[in-house]
Amino acid sequence: MWLKSNFIKNTMVNKAKKIIIPTLLINLTACANLGVEPWERDLLAKKEMALTSSPVDAALDDHIYFSKEASSGGKSFGGGGCGCN
Amino acid sequence: MACIGNKTNLKAALSIATSALLGTSVATTSQVQAKDADEWQFDTAYLLYSEVDRVTAGEAIIAGTKTYANDEILNLKFTVDALTGSSANGAVAQPNAQTFTRPSGNGQYVTPAGETPLDDTFQDTRVQLNGQWTQPLVENITGSVGGHFSKEYDYLSLGVNGNLAYDFNKKNSTFSMGLSYFHDIFTPEGGIPKPLSSMLVGDSSSPEWDSEFAKTRVGDSEDKSTADILVGFTQVISRRMITAFNYSYSMVDGYLTDPFKVVSVLNTEGLVQDNIYENRPDSRVKQSTFMQAKYHFDEGMLNMVADVSYRYMWDDWGINSHTIDTRFNIPVGRASYIEPHLRFYQQSAADFFKPFLIEDQSSIDFISADYRIGEMTAVTVGAKYGVVLTGGNELSIRLEYYHQMPTNSGFAEPAALNGLDTAPVVDAIIVQVSYSF
Repeated sequence: MWLKSNFIKNTMVNKAKKIIIPTLLINLTACANLGVEPWERDLLAKKEMALTSSPVDAALDDHIYFSKEASSGGKSFGGGGCGCN
Repeated sequence: MACIGNKTNLKAALSIATSALLGTSVATTSQVQAKDADEWQFDTAYLLYSEVDRVTAGEAIIAGTKTYANDEILNLKFTVDALTGSSANGAVAQPNAQTFTRPSGNGQYVTPAGETPLDDTFQDTRVQLNGQWTQPLVENITGSVGGHFSKEYDYLSLGVNGNLAYDFNKKNSTFSMGLSYFHDIFTPEGGIPKPLSSMLVGDSSSPEWDSEFAKTRVGDSEDKSTADILVGFTQVISRRMITAFNYSYSMVDGYLTDPFKVVSVLNTEGLVQDNIYENRPDSRVKQSTFMQAKYHFDEGMLNMVADVSYRYMWDDWGINSHTIDTRFNIPVGRASYIEPHLRFYQQSAADFFKPFLIEDQSSIDFISADYRIGEMTAVTVGAKYGVVLTGGNELSIRLEYYHQMPTNSGFAEPAALNGLDTAPVVDAIIVQVSYSF
């Protein structure tokens, strides 16, 4: 009886292992696969792909919206810096 | 030569995430990729911001970036701007003309019947200097420190910041953290108004005027400090896609009231009986989450680069806001591009925001009628056109329309305000010319 239940248990565990482990591996591999090799950065190297592609535009926009709205920062520091109204 | 170019591009790409996350947006790695080490790269811009019937501002920037052979980056930025025009003073429109005293106490101005009261003495010139030094500290860790100075006629701001970024997973992932601290000193002409005191209106040439005006003042200057913490994570998803996630926590302590703003006190019919100076809490904690994705489409989609970001901000004043910002960079020919821009912004009102106060209401501690902390939706629509000239220099022009729509967040308006615009829209045009060399 013990042997039988143990067999069933082992079988279930094995089945679970067969399902869970590959799933985990696939997920982990997917995480590790996020990103590119160094030689695949041709597009990412373009100026327009930089997260802040124009820092001057960003600085001017931050100043406008800091002065006219109740929110600031988020992407970079909100900071103080002017008494602009 | 091609090999050298590729190497430079690769190096630039490897540190894109790092520089973007350093929180300063000054480590313009991507911009210096076309330049050799030890050469200065300059970005200049002039921006004109003009509201219909209100403020006009001109702002000029020159930013220089120098990359040294050992990947150290120095960025210096000089900004000068000038403001002129009229700014809403917080009071509501009335069926009759209203007289207000200028914040300096020198003279008065009259707002015609039915119009939103605007203080027409609004003008200032500001000079700002920023410096930022960025360098690799050990393998995969980049550090950056910076300073900020800005001075207006009545305002001084000093700031410092420090940042660390850690690259891992073949530099496809970057974790960063930054701290910044600002100290601002405000010395408005005419001094600091006594919170909730009545604006003095009368004959400003009378001998008693100065002493009576002084009774509405509590000092010459006030200050505030701002400490920010910014934590970020950048992840390259694929050859065509990069994403960024930020969380920021900001503590502001000190004088957060606007000394130029008042609140109308109305009788039950809605007619102004008094105008009192606003009063805001002396601390504010703001938090925000920010996420951004950039995607480079293929030729079938014109090699367009889509830039989409979302920010959610909330604070302990009861304000929360949503900001969606989208840009689409579309190459036109071999050396130019057009970049449509669409921004959507929505905020809720601060708990102490009231567009006006009804006489004999229960006593108040804090109140402001400044529409900028009231309920509001705003939209920006525009486009930028850029062309790369011989030698890699770039010229661009940006034209945008900014439309603010304040909304009534549930305040019942007394009869006298019927037919008057108590939450007027603000329209502005933004024109910017930039040149990088």
